[in-house]
Amino acid sequence: MTTKVTGLEIAHAIEQQFPDAVAEAQPEFAVVKPERLVDVLTWLRDDADHAYKFLSSLTGVDRIEWLEVVYHLESIKHNRATVIKVRSEDRESPSVPSVVPVWAGAQLQEREAYDLLGIRFEGNPDLRRIFLWDGFAGFPLRKDYLNMPGGQMPGLERFPGEPGVPLSGRGTE
Amino acid sequence: MTIKSEPFVVNVGPQHPSTHGVFRLRLTLDGEKILDADMVMGYLHRSMEKLAEERTYTQNIPFTDRTDYLAAMTGNLAYVMAVEKLMEIEVPERAQWLRTIMAELQRIASHAMAVGIFANDCGAWQTPVMHMFRDREKILDLFEMACGARLTLNYMRIGGVSKDIPDEWLPQAHRLLKDLPKRFAEYEDLLLNNEIIVARSRGVGVLTADQAMAYSVSGPMLRASGVAWDIRKADPYAAYDKLDFDIAVGTNGDVYDRFVVRLAELRQSLHMLEQALDMMPAGPVHERIGTSTVQPWGQAVAPLAFRPPVGETYARIESPRGELGYYIVSDGGPAPFRFHIRSPSFINLTPLKLMSVGSTVADAIVILGSIDIVVGEVDR
Repeated sequence: MTTKVTGLEIAHAIEQQFPDAVAEAQPEFAVVKPERLVDVLTWLRDDADHAYKFLSSLTGVDRIEWLEVVYHLESIKHNRATVIKVRSEDRESPSVPSVVPVWAGAQLQEREAYDLLGIRFEGNPDLRRIFLWDGFAGFPLRKDYLNMPGGQMPGLERFPGEPGVPLSGRGTE
Repeated sequence: MTIKSEPFVVNVGPQHPSTHGVFRLRLTLDGEKILDADMVMGYLHRSMEKLAEERTYTQNIPFTDRTDYLAAMTGNLAYVMAVEKLMEIEVPERAQWLRTIMAELQRIASHAMAVGIFANDCGAWQTPVMHMFRDREKILDLFEMACGARLTLNYMRIGGVSKDIPDEWLPQAHRLLKDLPKRFAEYEDLLLNNEIIVARSRGVGVLTADQAMAYSVSGPMLRASGVAWDIRKADPYAAYDKLDFDIAVGTNGDVYDRFVVRLAELRQSLHMLEQALDMMPAGPVHERIGTSTVQPWGQAVAPLAFRPPVGETYARIESPRGELGYYIVSDGGPAPFRFHIRSPSFINLTPLKLMSVGSTVADAIVILGSIDIVVGEVDR
């Protein structure tokens, strides 16, 4: 069985090597500060005790207060998996460092996250829209997408983030 | 005298027999040599990840059929596993075995298609693919008996499977398993040392083990590069931990090895099915959860809507194309807050440029065929 390295364990290991690189640690994941992200991930890839050479998945989430990018890392050598996150509080022009220099496999996945969530990956060599066309208004996976100019307005009240409806997560009522 | 030529741009697709769907490859050529390969995708983008945020967890199961439409069972399985992980549901033993059996049957159907279409790309026009379709058809018949559908199956449910197999299913499956080894031997005779296939695919599109890992390539492509990584072994799910099988591994990481790995996996899937059909216990096929209803004949039916606890989860399986993962974030509501599909077809395309630059146009077609993409899963 793949050992799930908890966020607390991985955060502790990162803290040993890079003091104050960890912003938050939860049982499921560890949040790394954007400015130290590439250093931390390069170390996690190259260090023999971790050897996270395989980037399993990269995706973005709109958490309403902030946007975050989630990295699922896999160590084929040790059969371990862990989750690292990085956050951007700026909804207007969110940006995080690109991890393409660390794992080339992030290339298309970063383009997808940029296309659908509008997160800019600084340093990505080819950051273009991938599924939608150039000039598409807004980023559809944002929770406030329907407020975007040119966005669809189906007029259904169950859609979150319509004009006049405060932006909130569902299930909180 | 050297002739100077200007780079020339050729669009392969979106409608082209060898793009396996509506996928466009923009090749910049110098004569026959590829200088640059750019992928244009999104022709089949249906925004499933956004749509899923407006539907309940049970209503999202049919979407997972329509991502990888050649392997709907594995799509279902990865998604329901993710939700079960989120809600901490224990699935009954028989349902676990049924899931394993269906996933392996689906792998045979999908690999048969992949190998047949690959032979098509190499120039063996239609004969191998029709042979493969003959077997795939028998497997689709079994799916039809089990759940009434052949392509978009919608068989798995959160907490089990939709219904138990009918009495006639097992004898027919056993008959198929008796037939298949002969067929596979025939295909191996026909294709494995076929001069044209060897000439078209040996040493083409090489990915080393390190490159394959760095590019997040998974499934038969990763194994063809010599990395013995199979989630069925490394992180067993359903009933795979009780089955005996080997991981098919290549050595050169070229197009030919990918093809050989797929053929070898057909044999391994058969071996697993032979064990699984005999080991499957009797019992319920669906766990009662929350507001489940129970049919008059005692079978539980998944509730249409329920609210998992706040949290997030990532569940992955070995689909015929590689690591298929579902990342689901729950905010405690009846619909997922975020629904992300880690699709192997999409991510396996990342090294396409690396593999095809420097080779010829004909090689690019074979390389694309060896990745075995399903555009429904690339674009989602």
